[in-house]
Amino acid sequence: MSHIVINTTINGEATEFLADERDSLLEALRERVGLTGAKEGCNNGNCGACAVILDGRLVNSCCVMAAEIEGSQITTVEGLAQRDHLSPLQQTFLEDAALQCGICTPGFLVASHALLAQNPDPTEHEVRFWLAGNLCRCTGYDKIVRAVLHTAEQMRKA
Amino acid sequence: MQAVKYVRAASVQDAVRLLQDGGATARVLAGGTDVIVQARERRREIRLFVDVKHIKELIGVSYSARGGLTIGAATPCYQIYGDANVRQRYPTLVDASSVIGGTAIQGRASLGGNLCNSSPAGDGIPAMIVLEGVANIAGPGGERTVAIEQFCTGPGRNVLAAGEFVVSLHFPAPAAHSGARWMRFIPRNEMDIAVVNAASQLRFDGNRVSWARIALGAVAPTPLLVAEAAAAVVGKPLSDETIAAAAAAARSAATPIADMRGSIKQRKHLVGVFTERTLRGAAERAQGAQ
Amino acid sequence: MVATPEKQTPANKQYRVIGTRPLRPDGTDKVTGRAAYGADVKLEGLLYGQVLRSPHAHARIKSINTKKAEALPGVKAVVTAQDFPPPPPGSINLGESTANFQFLKDNLLASTKALYHGHAVAAVAAVDLHTAEDALALIEVQYEPLPHVVDVREAMLDSAPVLHDSLRTQIRAAGIAPRPDRPTNVASHMRLQKGEIEKGFAEADVVIEREFETSMFHQGYIEPHTSTAYWNKDGEVSIWTSSQGPFGVRGQVAALLQLPVSKVHVTPMEIGGGFGGKIPTYLDPITALLSRKSGRPVKVAMTREAVFEGTGPTSATFSRVKIGAKKDGTLTAAQVYLAYGAGAFPGSSVGAGAMCALAPYVIPNTQIDGLDVVVNRPKTEAYRAPGAPAAEFGVEAVMNELAERLDIDPLELRLKNIASEGALNASGQPWGKIGAREVVMAMKEHQHYNSELQGEHVGRGVALGFWFNGGMESASSAKTNDDGTVSLILGSVDIGGSRASLAMQLAETLGVPYEAVKPKVVDTDSVGFTMVTGGSRTTFAGGWVAYELGVQIRGKLVERAARIWEVPVDQVSYGDDGVIRGPKDAEGKERKLAFTEIAGQLARTGGQIAVSASVSKNTQGAAFAGHIVDLKVDTATGKVDVLRYTAVQDVGTAIHPSYVEGQIHGAVAQGIGMALLEEYVYGADGRLQNASFLDYRMPTTLDVPMIETVLVEVPNPGHPYGVRGVGEVPIVPPQGAIQAAVYDAIGVRFQHTPMSPRVILDELLPDGG
Repeated sequence: MSHIVINTTINGEATEFLADERDSLLEALRERVGLTGAKEGCNNGNCGACAVILDGRLVNSCCVMAAEIEGSQITTVEGLAQRDHLSPLQQTFLEDAALQCGICTPGFLVASHALLAQNPDPTEHEVRFWLAGNLCRCTGYDKIVRAVLHTAEQMRKA
Repeated sequence: MQAVKYVRAASVQDAVRLLQDGGATARVLAGGTDVIVQARERRREIRLFVDVKHIKELIGVSYSARGGLTIGAATPCYQIYGDANVRQRYPTLVDASSVIGGTAIQGRASLGGNLCNSSPAGDGIPAMIVLEGVANIAGPGGERTVAIEQFCTGPGRNVLAAGEFVVSLHFPAPAAHSGARWMRFIPRNEMDIAVVNAASQLRFDGNRVSWARIALGAVAPTPLLVAEAAAAVVGKPLSDETIAAAAAAARSAATPIADMRGSIKQRKHLVGVFTERTLRGAAERAQGAQ
Repeated sequence: MVATPEKQTPANKQYRVIGTRPLRPDGTDKVTGRAAYGADVKLEGLLYGQVLRSPHAHARIKSINTKKAEALPGVKAVVTAQDFPPPPPGSINLGESTANFQFLKDNLLASTKALYHGHAVAAVAAVDLHTAEDALALIEVQYEPLPHVVDVREAMLDSAPVLHDSLRTQIRAAGIAPRPDRPTNVASHMRLQKGEIEKGFAEADVVIEREFETSMFHQGYIEPHTSTAYWNKDGEVSIWTSSQGPFGVRGQVAALLQLPVSKVHVTPMEIGGGFGGKIPTYLDPITALLSRKSGRPVKVAMTREAVFEGTGPTSATFSRVKIGAKKDGTLTAAQVYLAYGAGAFPGSSVGAGAMCALAPYVIPNTQIDGLDVVVNRPKTEAYRAPGAPAAEFGVEAVMNELAERLDIDPLELRLKNIASEGALNASGQPWGKIGAREVVMAMKEHQHYNSELQGEHVGRGVALGFWFNGGMESASSAKTNDDGTVSLILGSVDIGGSRASLAMQLAETLGVPYEAVKPKVVDTDSVGFTMVTGGSRTTFAGGWVAYELGVQIRGKLVERAARIWEVPVDQVSYGDDGVIRGPKDAEGKERKLAFTEIAGQLARTGGQIAVSASVSKNTQGAAFAGHIVDLKVDTATGKVDVLRYTAVQDVGTAIHPSYVEGQIHGAVAQGIGMALLEEYVYGADGRLQNASFLDYRMPTTLDVPMIETVLVEVPNPGHPYGVRGVGEVPIVPPQGAIQAAVYDAIGVRFQHTPMSPRVILDELLPDGG
């Protein structure tokens, strides 16, 4: 085991932690930093359950080495809500029943958050295309896609 | 994950030295979407990752009418398909780079990495071939360039020698009256390895095809540039007959294997279908460009 | 813009809470990343485990040497099958399946033979995951590879390699010829018979007989199996696990480790999907043994590859379906033969498949044979309506072909023969109140069915589906709080909204708002025995318990109010509006106390109220579904795009309509995967080739359209609120409906799923391509 010190900013807070040089960002977030919102579904980039935003870009944290993130800015699902209330996407996912078991939900929320940040008025196809790397086995995607479209609509009105 | 070390290269020279010192088990780490998984699943021995993303030549897209397009080898797909010049002048690169993995993969994966992974099914490679791309390579012996169609030498193998890595990819400025298109066949609508992929570029002189390139993927040990298929459409107006002749030539050139992703019969057939579809797509774009 | 459903419109006017769409109580934790799933368990001194698996489909294990692995710094324990005590005789009922202890033990860690690629052979615990993985590479296993068989029909041949020398065919019905006393892969042969099939076929004007195959499909839950265990120094074993049935885990662990159940404490973590696949145990006894050996808590999380290779998908099946009908469409006889690959150990869901196969129809003469066959694949387990999709696929395909042959509308043909109350099912039992006819009528009247198809190579198909639903045992307790709320303590794992659906039923019973009920899922020591979350039983059986708790609380509150008012109990009543009313007082004023008011006075009038209840019900009510699908085939590539999908279903009473719709959406998407994309691919070496989410192709967002649901409500008279299970039946029709639509589009009747592009293209291309 060789450990390395990593300095980074996670959800707006300067964070320093020790990681094994072999750790992926996903393993480091979950086991070293204690942020277990990002989930491991496949560990090879094919399900999106571990999605986080790294320096403004959506990435699968299982396909990033922890050592790479020195000096980076990271947003995880834990960073989406405000101090005392949910983000519009989180609130709509809840109200529109866009989750069943909830294991893919953090990945879908982070990915959808990244989508709406760059495209506030996506079409249904654009939502489906953007989220194609996020697998859900419970919902058939129907209520998820609707919730993203619904949130976008609400945010445009607000 | 196997016992891998990580090091950040600061310059091209630095990376060459690190790769040379690291020996056969050192690997370039760009987007990591292939090599990290390979290291984790112990599919190849990797002891050192040399992160090249902090070398300035490796990241970024630049275009000039005279010099053409240069893409840093580690530039992530999103930055490529998000670039205004690429969108306007090289839509074929958008075709491929926007469907390599999902959005979260495109946040990291690069066309340089796609090339160096050297999968016969690598989605970016036929697109880069028909655009007459070249790879700018740095190594212990200095710099050299290799045409994309000559880069891969077998499944997972390529021309890179010890200590060498790809710094950037270069494409000439698009010719007048030209158009190109890349497509693939996958069973799902996204998130899949190509059963077959194909790309075509056409240049027109009036209604006559004056120049063509057709490339295929997943139907041979390496992506193929198929000169015979291109020859079938050059010198004549594009017609159902010339397209059919090109498709037939492409089918003859294909030597696919049967595996869980596709049968020989299926791949041979699809080569024809996608040669045709990309030729028609290329012609449409050429018309739009006129 | 896609419309979102209305939230506060009770579908059912007679209820106040049932039929609304409130927020789930666990929702905030699940959208903020705080919900704790199995892999999120963190304990002081935690070790990380990994499991070594067989690279061979079938091999004798000559030796396992763990010395080098044990010597690796950081490794704290290694276990093999030798570390298990001998298993007890018998088996355990897990709700949707049964686990024989000997087979279960042999499946957890192979002892003398590895029976499939991915069969676990050893496990390690180390200080971190990387070290555990390094240790696996140091375990030396000597295998003697044996001939293997992965195909169900090949496995039945006399020449097939035999998996278990001790296995003999169990004959499970009269009239089946006994088999010779020699080793076989056919574990059992069952039969359901009614009437005289030869006579029935003789009466038919048209008889169609076809053969079908379905592939092995995985449940595909996104959360891999995990388990964490701590074997305390006093011999008490605590387990934190991702399971549909914590009591089943307790029973399995106790039996395999020869512990009394009272020494095993199972805490169900939030669960990331199951669909039947998280009913049996794979890791819990292993983590417990690793913990005992190391003296520290141990967590094991499967890799995705291990999930595909080593857990329990559904059977690959072969079936033969023969149906006879008169010219007017009256069915006269049906014969169904089902052979299901059970995987490496006996126990496929062929019995359930047999009982479902012909269920939607009334047919006077039927015979259904079911064979359970072992093959060198992972032991199959329950997967959403286990056994039914494969059995009903063939029947629905033949029904659609019959309709065409008889020139009768496919829904008319079904209506003519539809199962209804009082008619006898395939087992000879009369149907109770069922909504099969209502479902088909709703399909017939739906705009989708009556719309015009447009375009080239487009097609439409329909199919029905049936599933029994489960009843079984559930327990809960409840207590009042002085702020006017009620805590509801649940033994059912919440896999997709049952906290909400159960709290809604208690709120309805008490006449209080949904928000006044606070549900909590607890460990096996804190609630009565509750069967698995599976079999579409949770909202049914848990709802029964919630209702009984509510009735008990109402009774106690009436007594308490009588005491407060000093009036006889029989003059006090509890209204469905949650208000307790008594006789008028001396001043002629009506005595009344709302639930909230009396809850605040309980502490000083005899204490808070705490009640518990358990039920075991078999009045669950059967479920019927009917699906309509439009699709387009790209004849140049063989690829199918699903254009429109409508799923009609008798849902009894929709407690929380959003979650009912969600169950249907998810099942349809899984069914589309089965019909078009998903399959286990084995090589000639018997190894699984596609153990990843890349190559086991579950539908993505782009592979399914929006799915329209039509909730037909025929309340179940066997439930206080008319609940029927809703989660399983909608996975039954998709394969049949899509097969029919593909035929409509390109004129080819496929008899195999998935109808992948390669399969379709193969039909469309001339030989030699």
